[in-house]
Amino acid sequence: MSPHLLTRSLDRAATIFILVVAACGILIPLSNLLLPAGSFLQVPTYLVALWGKYVCYAILALAIDLIWGYCGILSLGHGAFFALGGYAMGMYLMRQIGTRGVYGNPILPDFMVFLNYPKLPWYWYGFDMFWFAALMVLLVPGLLAFCFGWLAFRSRVTGVYLSIITQAMTYALLLAFFRNDFGFGGNNGLTDFKDILGFNVQADGTRAALFLLSCLALIVAFLICRAVVTSKLGKVLIAVRDAESRTRFLGYRVESYKLFVFTLSACMAGVAGALYVPQVGIINPSEFAPGNSIEAVIWVAVGGRGTLVGAALGAIVVNYAKTFFTSGALAPYWLFMLGAMFILVTLLLPKGIVGTFNAWWEPWRAGRKSAAAESAAREDGVSEPNPAE
Amino acid sequence: MLANVLYRVRTLALAIVLTVVAWPAFAGPFEDAVGKFATDDFSDTEEAIGAVATSGNPLAYPIIRALQGERLMADPDTKKVYIKQDDGKAIDAATGAPVDSIPDSASAVRLNNRLRRTVEAAVGGLTLLSPDPAARISAAQSVFRSHEETVLPVVEGALAKETNKTAKAAFQDARAAILLFKSDASEVDKLEAVATIKARGDQEALALLSDIGTDQPPAVAKAAAAAIAAIQSSLAMWSTVQNAWYGLSLGSVLLLAAIGLAITFGVMGVINMAHGEMVMLGAYTTFVVQEVIRTRYPALFDYSLLIAVPLAFLVAGAIGVLIERSIIRFLYGRPLETLLATWGLSLVLQQAVRTMFGPTNREVGNPSWMSGAFELGQITITYNRLWILCFTLAVFAILLLMLRFTALGLEMRAVTQNRRMAASMGIATSRVDALTFGLGSGIAGIAGVALSQIDNVSPNLGQSYIIDSFMVVVFGGVGNLWGTLVGAFTLGIANKFLEPVAGAVLGKIAILVLIILFIQKRPRGLFALKGRAVEA
Repeated sequence: MSPHLLTRSLDRAATIFILVVAACGILIPLSNLLLPAGSFLQVPTYLVALWGKYVCYAILALAIDLIWGYCGILSLGHGAFFALGGYAMGMYLMRQIGTRGVYGNPILPDFMVFLNYPKLPWYWYGFDMFWFAALMVLLVPGLLAFCFGWLAFRSRVTGVYLSIITQAMTYALLLAFFRNDFGFGGNNGLTDFKDILGFNVQADGTRAALFLLSCLALIVAFLICRAVVTSKLGKVLIAVRDAESRTRFLGYRVESYKLFVFTLSACMAGVAGALYVPQVGIINPSEFAPGNSIEAVIWVAVGGRGTLVGAALGAIVVNYAKTFFTSGALAPYWLFMLGAMFILVTLLLPKGIVGTFNAWWEPWRAGRKSAAAESAAREDGVSEPNPAE
Repeated sequence: MLANVLYRVRTLALAIVLTVVAWPAFAGPFEDAVGKFATDDFSDTEEAIGAVATSGNPLAYPIIRALQGERLMADPDTKKVYIKQDDGKAIDAATGAPVDSIPDSASAVRLNNRLRRTVEAAVGGLTLLSPDPAARISAAQSVFRSHEETVLPVVEGALAKETNKTAKAAFQDARAAILLFKSDASEVDKLEAVATIKARGDQEALALLSDIGTDQPPAVAKAAAAAIAAIQSSLAMWSTVQNAWYGLSLGSVLLLAAIGLAITFGVMGVINMAHGEMVMLGAYTTFVVQEVIRTRYPALFDYSLLIAVPLAFLVAGAIGVLIERSIIRFLYGRPLETLLATWGLSLVLQQAVRTMFGPTNREVGNPSWMSGAFELGQITITYNRLWILCFTLAVFAILLLMLRFTALGLEMRAVTQNRRMAASMGIATSRVDALTFGLGSGIAGIAGVALSQIDNVSPNLGQSYIIDSFMVVVFGGVGNLWGTLVGAFTLGIANKFLEPVAGAVLGKIAILVLIILFIQKRPRGLFALKGRAVEA
């Protein structure tokens, strides 16, 4: 094993990734705002919002890759953390509507007036302040993940059992948020947002700023993940992934490591959801659907689990394909393609796009340099993340 | 003077002649009563209803029904009353003779709310004499609810003639209800009435007894209070029984959906997210079988499910073997990858069915022996739920026997317990894997046949069962069929007992949360397999 080479090559990929994201984050909003509408290079506003959505999905994919790719925890409920973050932001945006709603109630959002709420439920207090909502975006998913993980990891629920109960968790939340008396708008969710921090959410400028912010968040999330996985902590996480019992017997508190990384990942998913909501303009309970969470996992699998860059890339590629195919004549075949993607990637491309590329590229580049480096690289190829446990 | 006398005699004679001539039209209580409808006075109308209803005249029923439907036309000038029939023709209400047209001066007899109730009771009273026992029973029940005093003689008359046992009981209840509310009934009659109603013991009896008012004799009031208490406690008991039955029924559905998964997941350790789609394929097989039978051999419709069961097993089983050979066998030992691949497979299968059969619900009919219901005490048990429960238990028993006593079952258990040892003993493990997976899928297909009877057959059918099925298997303990049985019925019954308290959705959420917590406590389920193999 040659950690030095691995780290360095990924560092290069990481640098490229950060530069590309930063360039997109700056150039796309600039082209949208400065170039005249209809010009060849001008990015229309709807595309800015669409790509903003992809960037949010990329953050979610990073969060999943952090726990699945590096710690072997396959969560089928990460959509729940994403949606909770989204709801926290949605609640802030609802409170910002004020008297501009259909019923013009200064305190109660429209759906509460409609459903005859006498007053604001206690859990809506404070969401008129941005800093509070922003705190909740991190805190609510983080706390849920902490409690859930504390229970699950302490009693050593692992592997598919964990996957199934995370799925049950998001399913239970789905059912709960569908209820009208739960206080989050029921079936319709939260929508009709007017402004965020005083800026109109529909305005081009706001959308460009949100896109830039999403790219920034992606870079920050990526750096955090890199910092975690390249640290000593990251080594322990990989050890947990590859041989959990052995790591435990070596004296590491496996459950603490897992709990930390699970909570961190949930917070990241929450941030992704919070950025997603103002760009999409709605949050409703269908975000909790178990299918969404599983789909997010396939983004990571397509891009390459345990590569971080691959996860973000996978999210963007798969979602771009989804938009492309579902908007055309091929729409009925999209589910065939998505399904086939699940099957083929797991069967033929277990390392994903980036993982497979690394496995080809590394030996070739090393072979050009020297025979010694080549043998090292081959070993490196062997030490690629084991598919599952 | 003479002239005066003559005039009187003439008048009298004329009157007699007139009376005799006009006899069919004006004389007799029935005709008088009918005539009262024409006065356009609510109290006259009420009298008329009472008189007509008790007259025993064959025209009474059509008249009252016409009154109810505002088709009874009265002419205030001629005092004649007509029934406008549904076909537009009219008859004279008093004689039943057809008339050419209703005069323009006639208008519908008006009703107010109080009269409407009287009319309803009268209709109930009239159908009490219907030749159809079912009509008599429902009429008796409506009298029971309205306890209209005027129909008491009819009820008593009907009771005396009644031979049908159910109808007789219904008449007795109706009579008791009337007596209980009749202010001049004797105390003995009333006490007897309370006893009869108490014996009936349902929600309606409770409502009736709670409604008797304060002007009853003290003994009756006391008896009624005691009867209310007795009915309430018996109703509480029955509602427990009913919840238990609903729970068993839900449990059987869960078990049916989960039992195939218990084999693929529990015995083989393969996470088959496409399991729900196998159920869906079974349901669609039933649909196709019924379509063929409908168009070609309609006489066989009652046997359609019997034909569908083996076919569904073969279809789903064959697809299961195909899936195992083409996808799953490459993923053994990589459960998380299996999960993703089979999820993708479920998307493909759903979309394939959607393309072939369309996205809407398909209609699958109940054979005659599965439709209908019967009463057991205070609860209603539908035949389809009962059959599904029996069917589930039969499938479970057959599966258990198969694993225990057949060569394939022995091989399956051997491969499950120690794959390498089994292979060394000469068991073709890959063949056993394929057959086990086929068996699990086939049983899911059979489950689809049964579920098509109670659920909508749509491409999403399987999706609604997959999470529940996994919960059952995980809760019951992986690798243990008995655990699945206990898990399914526990979850089913717990769900149905939580529902009245917390509501359907919250009850379900509560169950999910409880399972999540339960798994923390017993990560390997209710009946965990012991040994090192499980830890791998």
